[in-house]
Amino acid sequence: MEGITPSLLMLQLMTGIALGAVYALLALGLSLIFGMLTVVNFAHGAFFMVGAFLGVYFLGLTGNFWFSLLLTPIAVGAIGLVTERFLVRPLYGRGIDYPLLLTFGLSYVMVEAMRVAFGIEGVPTSTPAQLRGAVDLGFGFFPLYRLFLIGATAVVVLGLWLFIEKTRYGLIIRAGSRDPEIVRVLGIDISRVWLMVFGIGTAIAGLSGVLAAPTRAVNPEMGISVLAESFVVTVVGGMGSLPGAVVAGLLVGVVFSMTSLFAPDLAELSIFVLMAVVLLIRPQGFFGKAGLMG
Amino acid sequence: MNQALINARRRRILRAGTAVAASPFLFNIARAQGAPIKIGFPVPLTGAFSAEAQDQVRAAEIAIKDFNDAGGFGGRKAELLVRDDKLNPGEAATRTLELIEKDKVNFIVGSLSAATQLSINAVSRDRKIIFNSISQSDAINEAKDWSLYTFHEALNPHLTAGAVARYAFPKFGKKIVYLTADYAYGHEMVRGFQRAGQPLGAVTLADIRHPLGVADYSAFLPRIQSLKPDVLVLCNFGRDLVNSAKQVTDFGLKANTKVIAPVLLYTARQAGGADAFDGILGGTSYYWGMEDKIPAAKAFNDKFRKANGGAVPSDYGALGYAGIRSVLQAVLNAKSTDSVPVSIALRQLKYNWYKGEQFYRKCDHQSVQSVVIVESKSKAMKDKYDVFNVLAIENANEANLRSCDELGHKVTTT
Repeated sequence: MEGITPSLLMLQLMTGIALGAVYALLALGLSLIFGMLTVVNFAHGAFFMVGAFLGVYFLGLTGNFWFSLLLTPIAVGAIGLVTERFLVRPLYGRGIDYPLLLTFGLSYVMVEAMRVAFGIEGVPTSTPAQLRGAVDLGFGFFPLYRLFLIGATAVVVLGLWLFIEKTRYGLIIRAGSRDPEIVRVLGIDISRVWLMVFGIGTAIAGLSGVLAAPTRAVNPEMGISVLAESFVVTVVGGMGSLPGAVVAGLLVGVVFSMTSLFAPDLAELSIFVLMAVVLLIRPQGFFGKAGLMG
Repeated sequence: MNQALINARRRRILRAGTAVAASPFLFNIARAQGAPIKIGFPVPLTGAFSAEAQDQVRAAEIAIKDFNDAGGFGGRKAELLVRDDKLNPGEAATRTLELIEKDKVNFIVGSLSAATQLSINAVSRDRKIIFNSISQSDAINEAKDWSLYTFHEALNPHLTAGAVARYAFPKFGKKIVYLTADYAYGHEMVRGFQRAGQPLGAVTLADIRHPLGVADYSAFLPRIQSLKPDVLVLCNFGRDLVNSAKQVTDFGLKANTKVIAPVLLYTARQAGGADAFDGILGGTSYYWGMEDKIPAAKAFNDKFRKANGGAVPSDYGALGYAGIRSVLQAVLNAKSTDSVPVSIALRQLKYNWYKGEQFYRKCDHQSVQSVVIVESKSKAMKDKYDVFNVLAIENANEANLRSCDELGHKVTTT
């Protein structure tokens, strides 16, 4: 193929990383919830979508992108808390398919709720004024907002890592995911830990929604395709593994981007091929523990 | 009374009843006084084009009201039977079949995708019911799908793309890149551009095909950037167009490249926002802002505004209005609701419902009409409806359509 220059490849790589950043954030929330609660959250895409809508709504209300960046995850996390407390909690100990079906149904309710609240067409969005334009990276111009997206993802990943690895709460969460019985015996209310984890996971989904909103159309169905892609990422990275979510997210972004360059019509397929290959060679994913679903 | 006698008497009564019911005199009176003229209207009320479809219904209702307020057809009022085809060809065929067989509609007007349009046409054509399609398509003009009962009110990709190419290529340059949704609509658009572009000296640098419904087009953009085209044509529709326009803007492609959307819809622009679409040029069948120049547009807009709290009609909405009005006018002209006389009346119709002079070409029943070239603006907007500048109007010209021969039509009689 003619016209493939090193700078084009670099730009393509950056584009892939920016794409992967959104995948990574989504998969992070999904993996967090699955790893701790063994709940496969089928409403994750819907939480992402609600985040995008609320982000636009708060932006219109406050006129400030940074406020909406702060308020949206809190609001979506709050919806997550209510969901866990009243809908998911009664289903613990009943097998993995109960919460799966519940969240699947919930996603439909959320899509319909957004249609009622904001209309079926979706809402227009634009890049915040401070982050508009493109910057010269030495090998070509790249949109500033997408650089910001990569940076924001890095901050979230770092923050979450510090929280889980370095704080007392993080210790309880890690212990709870290894052996909830022992944690309970030690006098810790495990149900509150699970509540918090579900809240954090959905808050991150909401945050990825508000971050992605300026780059794409915001409509009630935007979470549907995103959900499928985030499941690919979690499967490739290993169900329940946080480093896996990040590495696989970026990898899926880059694979999609590079395939788009050489064979645009195969781009959608490429990430599923990647998943198939990973499943054949390493069924538990990059960092996953074998037999977790059993 | 024995059983044989009872049976004989019953048969006599039945015979008498049948004779009365079949009397042409009584039958006609019943129809003239009561029976409404039923128009089936299958459109995708749910799905990706629901915003456009709902506008089509709103505008169609105005055409129905116009007709009824003017007294109808000898006292017979028109009635719109709206059905949701869910943007699914199978669903569209089923709904159309029900409309014809169960609801006994006289005509079908509607559809909003190339595929549902063909499936509706297949059903109505076989049952000799007139179908006036209000969705863009090239295929419906071609001989294999056509019938005496098939009419096409909307533009077709060949005409739209051609008009945009004739306007834009001489102005903005000859090096063209296409970003194309990989299905019939996208392919038809690219073909339309390339054909109109050839005599103008346009060169295709790349035709990049993407699957339908991609949320993020950024991965396609660095390559387009490095090709340095004069013109980038976004041959996609609806949300695909909104997403790609947005990301093209983010990547700063508009700085050196003119971005074109062959079909630039009012609804897509509203959903995408001013920034994403700023400066994008495209073609459309109608824009309400034409009312400065075209009195018929003003009259139609005013009626629509009055019925819809000041809102303006969209392009596809306006097609719903025109599609219904043509059929009802043909009923008046033909003094009949039967398919054959109405079809002949439609073939002879010259009309100006909302955008200037139009007529149906004899060989394929394509409505020959103007194409509006608009550019999206982000500044100096008077209100939320004021989104485009009208750059040019390419007048109705049969020569811009594919020829009857090319489409495979042999008969071109009256």
